[in-house]
Amino acid sequence: MDMEFSPEDLAFQQEVRQFIADNYPAELRGKQDEGEELSKEDFLSWHKILYKKGWIAPAWPVEYGGTGWTPTQRFIWSEETARADCIRLMPFGLAMVGPVIYTFGTPEQKAHFLPRILSGEDWWCQGYSEPGSGSDLASLRTTAVRDGDHYIVNGQKTWTTLAQHADWGFFLVRTDKDAKQQEGISFLLIDMKSPGITVRPIITLGGEHEVNEVWLEDVRVPVANRVYEENKGWTCAKFLLAHERTGIAGVAASKRGIEKVKAIARTELDGDRPLLANPFFKRKVAELEVDLTALEFTELRSLAGANAGKGPGPESSLLKIKGSEIQQRLTELTLEAVGHYGAPYFRGFGEGDNEHPIGPDYAHRAAPTYFNMRKTTIYGGSNEIQRNIIAKMVLGL
Amino acid sequence: MDFTYTETQDMIRDTLARFLADTYDFESRQKFINNGQGRDAAIWTALAQELGMLGAPFAEEHGGLGGGALENAIVMEELGKVIAIEPYLPTVVIAGGALKAVGGAQADAVIPEIIAGNAIVAFAYAEPQGRYDLANLKTSARKDGAAYVLNGHKSVVYAAPWATHLLVTARSGGGQRDRDGVSLFLIDAKLPGIVRRDYPTVDGNRASEIYFENVAIPGDALLGSEGGALPLIEQIVDEATVAVCAEATGVMQKLHEGTLEYTQQRKQFGVPIAKFQVLQHRMVDMFMEVEQARSMTIMATLKLGLPANERMAAVSAAKNKVSRGARFVGQNAIQTHGGIGITQELAIGHYFKRATMIEGQFGTADYHMDRYERITLAD
Repeated sequence: MDMEFSPEDLAFQQEVRQFIADNYPAELRGKQDEGEELSKEDFLSWHKILYKKGWIAPAWPVEYGGTGWTPTQRFIWSEETARADCIRLMPFGLAMVGPVIYTFGTPEQKAHFLPRILSGEDWWCQGYSEPGSGSDLASLRTTAVRDGDHYIVNGQKTWTTLAQHADWGFFLVRTDKDAKQQEGISFLLIDMKSPGITVRPIITLGGEHEVNEVWLEDVRVPVANRVYEENKGWTCAKFLLAHERTGIAGVAASKRGIEKVKAIARTELDGDRPLLANPFFKRKVAELEVDLTALEFTELRSLAGANAGKGPGPESSLLKIKGSEIQQRLTELTLEAVGHYGAPYFRGFGEGDNEHPIGPDYAHRAAPTYFNMRKTTIYGGSNEIQRNIIAKMVLGL
Repeated sequence: MDFTYTETQDMIRDTLARFLADTYDFESRQKFINNGQGRDAAIWTALAQELGMLGAPFAEEHGGLGGGALENAIVMEELGKVIAIEPYLPTVVIAGGALKAVGGAQADAVIPEIIAGNAIVAFAYAEPQGRYDLANLKTSARKDGAAYVLNGHKSVVYAAPWATHLLVTARSGGGQRDRDGVSLFLIDAKLPGIVRRDYPTVDGNRASEIYFENVAIPGDALLGSEGGALPLIEQIVDEATVAVCAEATGVMQKLHEGTLEYTQQRKQFGVPIAKFQVLQHRMVDMFMEVEQARSMTIMATLKLGLPANERMAAVSAAKNKVSRGARFVGQNAIQTHGGIGITQELAIGHYFKRATMIEGQFGTADYHMDRYERITLAD
């Protein structure tokens, strides 16, 4: 057992650092620093740079476009991108439906969809939750009825992240009403431009348009766009949820987040000293670092297990719970650090609005981000559900 | 010992609650916020002239109802229950409190205007560098004959866009963080040289950055003694802090009630989610925080008249407990609602936003724990 990087790993680290320094878009950096909402083009700009370099999907098998990196190299990659504060790549194609397609898809599905995910040509969204089916996802009621070579899909999905940008969506639909809940569900890939699809925005507490309602009315979906067997979609769903949970720990991003909080607390004053010298504040930052270290090494142990051939299992629920709690505590500390300037509501730069926002730049999104990040203990299976999973699957209760 | 309210106090609560039930449902509040001005001025006028509510803590000789801090707490709690955006705190509690404390001609002139609903006062005390330290002031009041000249920048002044008057803390002597040399002024909000940048706040209120650029103010704008106003400012901010605790109690109660209601309607796995023990215990914990917030608010309200150190310890104990409780209740109300709690559509998220801003108002839990320790655990 050891945790040192080999000379090859250190060289790789240098290569990655240099690549990011040379290629990360300056315009994107500026928008991030100002706390502006990012457009579809912003998200895709970094995606396309990585695609061109061949580094867009380190986690994928080489045959489908992966990098062939060792787990250590992948770890270095995620560390370095977070350290450089690169934006998070949209997970819906790369981390969610992509792995489902290369694991369960037909040769035709793989050949058509995987390259378009890698290139960024298709933007994906996730059609899972419904108004009546959140934690109890398997109770979903959107139906797909066979009509020759097509399914006719009817129903309503919700919390569909960035569906306003999406070209394609992966949907869980009920194909057998009489089967037991989990056994009558299928996994469909749906063209978001299909007639009968309506996307309506949901505005969240920070004022963002991030999630949507998606209404499906007699939407015709080719049977060829079903992944895996009919009524076996829950298998894909479970596979995907476990994958979603590992990424959700967000260790590297939280490390970067702690550095940001420290930087704010070195700038903010508390009397004649920086806020970071305030013993109460310093203690909370330190506790957060300790908890993040515990999360990091728990994740590394889990990754090592995955390297040994075990897929991500129920222990990924632990990563999701602790990772999301840490992300939320970071936003609490940030909001505390900015003091009075957490209150002004910054609505972004409108057309021709050049007036500088109120308060320091780092304060603009402190409160909206705090409000918004309450989602992390709710989405991807709420933390209550994750605890149920651990109780049942890990502890055998 | 008696923790019952008087008939008059019950009447104040009932009258106000009825009025707010008729005028201030969630949809109405959202309309007020989004109507351009950020409020409906008719509500303030009605509170003053139909209900006499703005006179709650003032003496009868000024036209008030003869109450004090308890009456303020009652009003603030009811306003909290509807997350009202009315400027009762800066106008009645803070400016009213300062005027009551100094008395004399200034009180005789302005208190009746507050009671009548004609005067709205914003409290310009915070500065970019000062955090929660009331003495950390760069804003200066330079003596010029019998008058003063004001220069400086005040941060996040709630209700300033609507204000007829500003209550301003400024340094008339001493160094930036000295206890001595702090003065308090009540000035006309429209004086030449006052520049405002107005904006909405994340909790639905309106506020301003205020810049004083060689603002000439008359000598009689001074409240209390020149250079010796810090104890007075500390006292009125303590009164304001307790009033905010009372508001928080109302906000937290509604967060808790809304959660109870939602969990009994929302079904998952075939049953109302309120049947799950993990959520039951969570809601019990929320309930206990609401009750303790109410207890601490009453405790601190009753101790506002004690000598400064005892008063400050009581207020800091209350604000520490209430800030922590507001966070717990707010976060768990959202968590228990799930995704719908994070949308603008439901009232619950707006209560959460106000609860979050209350956490830091006049000092975070940490700030007040520190002040409490310094007073009670000093050698």
